[in-house]
Amino acid sequence: MNNDSPARDDSGRALSWTPSQRELERQASRKAIGRKKALIATLSSVIVIGSLIRLIITSPGWQSVKDTFFDWSYGGEVLGAVAKGLVVNIRLTIIAAILIGIFAMILALLRTSRSAALTPFRLMATAYVDIFRGVPLLLVILLIGFGVPALRIEGLTNSVLILGTTAVVLTYSAYVAEVIRSGILSIHPSQRAAARSLGLSSSQTMRHVVLPQALKRVVPPLLNDLVALLKDTGLVSILGVTDAVRAAQIASSRTFNYTPYVTAAILFLLITIPLTRYTDRVLAKSIKRQNAQGAA
Amino acid sequence: MNVLEVKNLRKSFEDNIVLNDLSLTVPDHTATVLIGASGSGKSTLLRCINLLDTIDDGSIYLDGKEISDPEINVDEVRKGLGMVFQSFNLFPHMSVLDNITLSPIRVHKVSKAQARDEAMTLLRRFDLADKADQYPDRLSGGQQQRVAIIRSIAVKPRLLLLDEVTSALDPVLVNEVLSIVRDLKADGMAMVLATHEMGFATQVADEVCFLKDGNIIERGPASQVISAPQEAETKDFLRRVHEAGRL
Ligand SMILES: Nc1ncnc2c1ncn2[C@@H]1O[C@H](COP(=O)(O)OP(=O)(O)OP(=O)(O)O)[C@@H](O)[C@H]1O
Ligand SMILES: [Mg+2]
Repeated sequence: MNNDSPARDDSGRALSWTPSQRELERQASRKAIGRKKALIATLSSVIVIGSLIRLIITSPGWQSVKDTFFDWSYGGEVLGAVAKGLVVNIRLTIIAAILIGIFAMILALLRTSRSAALTPFRLMATAYVDIFRGVPLLLVILLIGFGVPALRIEGLTNSVLILGTTAVVLTYSAYVAEVIRSGILSIHPSQRAAARSLGLSSSQTMRHVVLPQALKRVVPPLLNDLVALLKDTGLVSILGVTDAVRAAQIASSRTFNYTPYVTAAILFLLITIPLTRYTDRVLAKSIKRQNAQGAA
Repeated sequence: MNVLEVKNLRKSFEDNIVLNDLSLTVPDHTATVLIGASGSGKSTLLRCINLLDTIDDGSIYLDGKEISDPEINVDEVRKGLGMVFQSFNLFPHMSVLDNITLSPIRVHKVSKAQARDEAMTLLRRFDLADKADQYPDRLSGGQQQRVAIIRSIAVKPRLLLLDEVTSALDPVLVNEVLSIVRDLKADGMAMVLATHEMGFATQVADEVCFLKDGNIIERGPASQVISAPQEAETKDFLRRVHEAGRL
């Protein structure tokens, strides 16, 4: 091959050497293999997904399903109401996430502490986590949403929104506390030994050495929990909170058309899919970082 | 004046007796080198001195004060002790400078500016000034270990404990770490170090202690213990080290 411009790699940077004939052949054959793979992937996707769609739309009930679930003009009509409900879910998620973060951190620190004075609190934290991880969230929402107002305690709120959020916070704190605790336990004891031998107290060691590393490690699972939290805020609709799920329910019960539910589902997906993609990216990055550390 | 006195120390893990009635004295400004086969208890002794492991019997004195007293404030004792581990144990989420200044700032309440100044002085002295803002995973093993040593002397300890600080390094990197230890020894820093490097032990040791079966079988200047051992077990150990090519 005889051209005068310097050879370039894939990203267009000039290479300082001219690739050998053999290398050029290899590059060409790599490209050919890549093209073949892409072709196979496309073909198989078209065949599989295409036949699934065909199966659905040629089924005998498709026309009625289409009318009751995918009535797009009705979907557009209720979009505003459902979206307004979704704002409630998002606000609830943000407030709950902050409270969960604080509460879960306290629980995790109590469960990992070894201080004798904290023993009763450690036992309480353990019992708390056991209980709230073992009871379905829906039950907790019902118990708190209907149980607390029934107590008729002076000054205590009857707002279903606040009670529902409380239930979500109580349950999720137990999950998140366990995630944080596993992060703390995953830090190698030699880090603690090094910090203690420098004279740091056990709480200083936790704050400056263990926690920063532990939290970095649990970011991906916590982002997963955030996605789950957003979805689960839909459960408070059972108390009558007008969130996206409830708004869809109201709209569909008016006309006996289920399109509002599909609308709500699509709106949830519009938020959760980018969030899950982002979580995957963060996870991949964190794995790469840990591998690099292991090699050093 | 003795910096360290260990008297009749006993330590076992379950039914494995690791240290059995061991006594050791380290005068100020001297280096004591612990040698012995793998598993002879060198690390365990250092960890006991640093109160990372609790002892079963005996007593340990630092500057004449008993530190094996359960009532003692462990954090207070450790302010006077520096320890460097075989596996560096730098904090991966902190820059080199932050690793070094963490204890001076948080434990010894030195001002941030002063801690940084002192850390930079040490880094410059040991040719690491350009790494101050790097994170540990960007450093070579030898550089990491040198930073770990600097970190442990930044708090000006009375006694430095070094546990096989070169055994995780390849031979080329060993020298840069050993030269730092030699410098500290020249400064008059009192230290106890465990090592497999007999040549290095000969250079820095005021006293060499050969550990076997939980006790010090032979002790004395390097010219005696390493060059002309008396005990059969010491001779046997040194012969095997020699065969492994580390003499
Ligand atoms: N935490 C522990 N639990 C149980 N046994 C232990 C523990 N730490 C050390 N040991 C045992 O104590 C003995 C002495 O170990 P130590 O690490 O002190 O040896 P060493 O002389 O430092 O060896 P090396 O030269 O390989 O570092 C070994 O038999 C080891 O198995
Ligand atoms: Mg050891």
